[in-house]
Amino acid sequence: MTDLTKLTVSAALDGMAAGDFSSRELTAAHITAMEASNVLNAFITKTPEVAVEAATASDARRAKGEAGLMDGIPIAMKDLFCTKGVQTTAASHILDGFTPKYESTVSGNLWAEGAVMLGKANLDEFAMGSSNETSFYGNVINPWRRTGDDHPMVPGGSSGGSASSVASFSAMAATGTDTGGSIRQPASFVGIVGMKPTYGRCSRWGVVAFASSLDQAGPMTRSVRDSAIMLEAMAGFDPKDSTSVDMPVPDFQSALSGDIRGLRIGIPKEYQLDGMNPEIQALWDQGIDWMKAAGAEIVNISLPNTKYALPAYYIIAPAEASSNLARYDGVRFGLRVEGEDLNDMYASTRAEGFGDEVKRRLLIGTYALSAGYYDAYYLKAQKVRTRIADDFKQAFQNIDAILTPTTPSAAFGFGEKSDDPLAMYLNDVFTVPASLAGLPGISVPAGLSADGLPLGLQVLAKPFDEETLFKVAGVLETAAEFTATPDDWWRG
Amino acid sequence: MSLDKATVAKVANLARIKVEEKDLDHLADELNNILGWIEQLGEVETDNVEPMTSVADMQMRWRADQVTDGGYADDVVANAPSGEDGFFSVPKVIE
Amino acid sequence: MGLIIQGATGDWEVVIGLEIHAQVTSNSKLFSGSDTTYGAEPNTQVSFVDAAMPGMLPVINEMAVEQAVRTGLGLNAKINKFSIFDRKNYFYADLPQGYQISQYLQPVVGEGKITIDVKGEESREIGITRLHLEQDAGKSLHDQHPSQTFVDLNRSGVALMEIVSEPDMRSPEEAAAYVKKIRSIVRYLGTCDGNMDEGSMRADVNVSVRRPGDEFGIRCEMKNINSVRFMQQAIVYEANRQVDILEAGGSVDQETRLYDPVKGETRSMRSKEEAHDYRYFPDPDLLPLEFDDAFIEKIKSTLPELPDQKKSRFVNELGLSPYDAGVLVSEKEVADFFELVAEGRDAKLAANWVIGELFGNLNRTGKNLAESPVSALALGALIDLISDGTISNRIAKEVFEEMFDTGKAAGDIVEEKGLKQVSDTGAIEAAIDTVISANPDKVAEYKGGKDKLFGFFMGQVMKATQGKANPGVVTEILKPKLDA
Repeated sequence: MTDLTKLTVSAALDGMAAGDFSSRELTAAHITAMEASNVLNAFITKTPEVAVEAATASDARRAKGEAGLMDGIPIAMKDLFCTKGVQTTAASHILDGFTPKYESTVSGNLWAEGAVMLGKANLDEFAMGSSNETSFYGNVINPWRRTGDDHPMVPGGSSGGSASSVASFSAMAATGTDTGGSIRQPASFVGIVGMKPTYGRCSRWGVVAFASSLDQAGPMTRSVRDSAIMLEAMAGFDPKDSTSVDMPVPDFQSALSGDIRGLRIGIPKEYQLDGMNPEIQALWDQGIDWMKAAGAEIVNISLPNTKYALPAYYIIAPAEASSNLARYDGVRFGLRVEGEDLNDMYASTRAEGFGDEVKRRLLIGTYALSAGYYDAYYLKAQKVRTRIADDFKQAFQNIDAILTPTTPSAAFGFGEKSDDPLAMYLNDVFTVPASLAGLPGISVPAGLSADGLPLGLQVLAKPFDEETLFKVAGVLETAAEFTATPDDWWRG
Repeated sequence: MSLDKATVAKVANLARIKVEEKDLDHLADELNNILGWIEQLGEVETDNVEPMTSVADMQMRWRADQVTDGGYADDVVANAPSGEDGFFSVPKVIE
Repeated sequence: MGLIIQGATGDWEVVIGLEIHAQVTSNSKLFSGSDTTYGAEPNTQVSFVDAAMPGMLPVINEMAVEQAVRTGLGLNAKINKFSIFDRKNYFYADLPQGYQISQYLQPVVGEGKITIDVKGEESREIGITRLHLEQDAGKSLHDQHPSQTFVDLNRSGVALMEIVSEPDMRSPEEAAAYVKKIRSIVRYLGTCDGNMDEGSMRADVNVSVRRPGDEFGIRCEMKNINSVRFMQQAIVYEANRQVDILEAGGSVDQETRLYDPVKGETRSMRSKEEAHDYRYFPDPDLLPLEFDDAFIEKIKSTLPELPDQKKSRFVNELGLSPYDAGVLVSEKEVADFFELVAEGRDAKLAANWVIGELFGNLNRTGKNLAESPVSALALGALIDLISDGTISNRIAKEVFEEMFDTGKAAGDIVEEKGLKQVSDTGAIEAAIDTVISANPDKVAEYKGGKDKLFGFFMGQVMKATQGKANPGVVTEILKPKLDA
């Protein structure tokens, strides 16, 4: 029997449709895999009973000919999505015991399309991080290791658990959220496909908010086709979210024509960093060649304000977060640490409930908004943001998509970057600009580093043009022929 | 713009996050490091630039004035660490 | 006439500005679909959005926008077609989000003005600085438990209009007139019920003092005053407190105070004393509030006639005195009632009856107009009986009281009690002749010059006819007979 956990979502849907196996069998195989990969710590809460129930229901639906887009597919749900009746932690101590009485729109959409929940995936606390080293529930480990080395590697962040579960074949797919790169960067580090749609494409209702103007839910899968299928299930207008865009959701799969002849691919010169890792440069050049070979036209473009994207992001995101996280105060849910009076209770609860990185960002954010500094920091950053968005708008007048590396390096080992927050922030240098501009982006695994770690290439497209994005990504995927998988050292 | 201990303490109070006296210096250093790096934003010409109010290029949607929510007090207080008779409760505030 | 406080070193002028918080009349809250009805069981009108649960988001209520624009038009103010919602960040038990969604630099309504009337003074214009929309907070109950404060979020998220006045008022009376006028306008418009007892309208009062002609002095803010009477007392106390400090050579601290009506003093609010840095920034969960001229025009076209316009019309077209007109327009319900009564009738007569007998009886029985046992139609019918001579004005008053106490119709009461005015000249002449012949000495005194005795004869004739004689007819017949 085929190892059911090695199938793509697309192949699994075909297999179930053909009656080769049931969702119950598929799910059972993944529950086993999930249990066997405990050492990766990809899950905060496992929900095998929920999964079995959902799989059973899925098989019944399929028998009646009523299968949805993701029917019967076992997935991991990033623990930032509120799931009704299932503990939701945002990987934080401050949400101890919080069991939502409501379901987020995106997770609800997936369950409505028949997806099966294996469990809640681990992440950086409140989605703040690029290495999944800040979770209250412990680090997530990358299933990939450097060749001949058993030093544990980070999976990237903040969607580290989602990435790790998919890359280790414990889940067929996972949801992630991307604020500054939190889907694309971990996808690159673990050799899978990670996609962030245009801002407003997926609803934010029920997703624990980090930075409201940047957060977007997206799929993390092992193929571009899977990504298209899953996004179609996740996306859609939500009247409960004022920033949700009322546009129809296309059949993204049909964009995967494999034909990009005549498309103009922009190569931004400012993404060529000083002292750029030569492997990354080589991969990028390789990607450019693949595009040319497929008949696309390469256009050199300039996005002059690129270097200011990271500092602008590290004002805007913490500022919004400082306000979004004010509701975690011990009054209506989660951890409460008693105090002498109300303010003391607030201050003690939040000091104990939040981890160091979250606290750092909340303080930066509070400072950036405070009297006397608002103009110099927040207002300034929002203006710089407009300029960055304008750079893209300008460039997109003459091109259809942009090709860049996803990350400045391959995955690194634990502790290698955690004592300098700034070094950690630089992981997002290629992903942040598109976040600020609200553009859709995708990371496709494209090669391996010299020490055997996955490297990804990023494609960006115009707002709401996920179809071109998928089309180009599909061609990239075909050309790259990335079939490498990590040794499964983690199975006991 | 550089933060000193006293400012960190003030900001921590605004954010209602208790920071021990002994941690203030280290925290000030970390924050100054980050803020120093942010300074480069000053290099960007933004005189006639509007701040980004929204990424989505659309008008805000208005909701019809109907009662469509609420009426589930039990669910609302279900996760509360403390409360009585349907109320939330906190340490008493003297006004 | 402003309030001038005479200090030892000279006169001080009182400067007052008001910030009124008016709850918008709407079915649901500003950014959530929860009910806004007053008085529900705790937390039963709270959605996950109102409770600020993780991942919750605001969506604006179209009625709140309309009501704000409507109110702005009623305040003769500039309507801003583009405005922004900002977060006002602070921590408090009744503020679950840890921020209030409000409007800071770009409110939906800009500058305007209204006219106030203080008894014995000329009408004055008071400037409106702005009006903006914001969320109301929940309620904290400090007296339900020895060591805990209880929190009810039913009110959390209800739409408020904050109406800010220019510091144009100079006396407690002007401040009272301003509050009453604002209340009247929003009730006319149907945008707020103005119920200060239930807290649907509250005022924050800013008071400062200065030497006449000088720059404004430091002001103190007195929060959440919910009665016009307390507001006036608070202003007087606070102004004097400030004058005392300044006269003694000190300076006034800018602070927030609350008024204690029991002790009759203002006190510093300890918990709000620390300088608040609200860190305003545009709410990233929302987009700018935008609408076009057509939207504004549509609302303008449905505006009812407002108090000032109605008052002018009552004076100019119906001939009422400015004072009477002012009384009748203070509440739209009163004006509507009056107009029904006055329809096709003598407006002044109608006004007298509404303001005099009707209000008098309502006050006597502690009822409000909505509870009046005498409807506008019924009162109109009574007035018709006076106008067509069926009963005299004096009899009408008796009839009215009976109508008020029993709810019976005027016509029925007149029939039942046989109160019809006697205008039959024959009967009246007979009665007059009887009275004249019964009082020869008084007739002689009258003829001798005591004109006042005319009243005596009138009285006797009325007595002889059980008050039913038509006084006009009596006079017409009596005078010549006495003079003869």
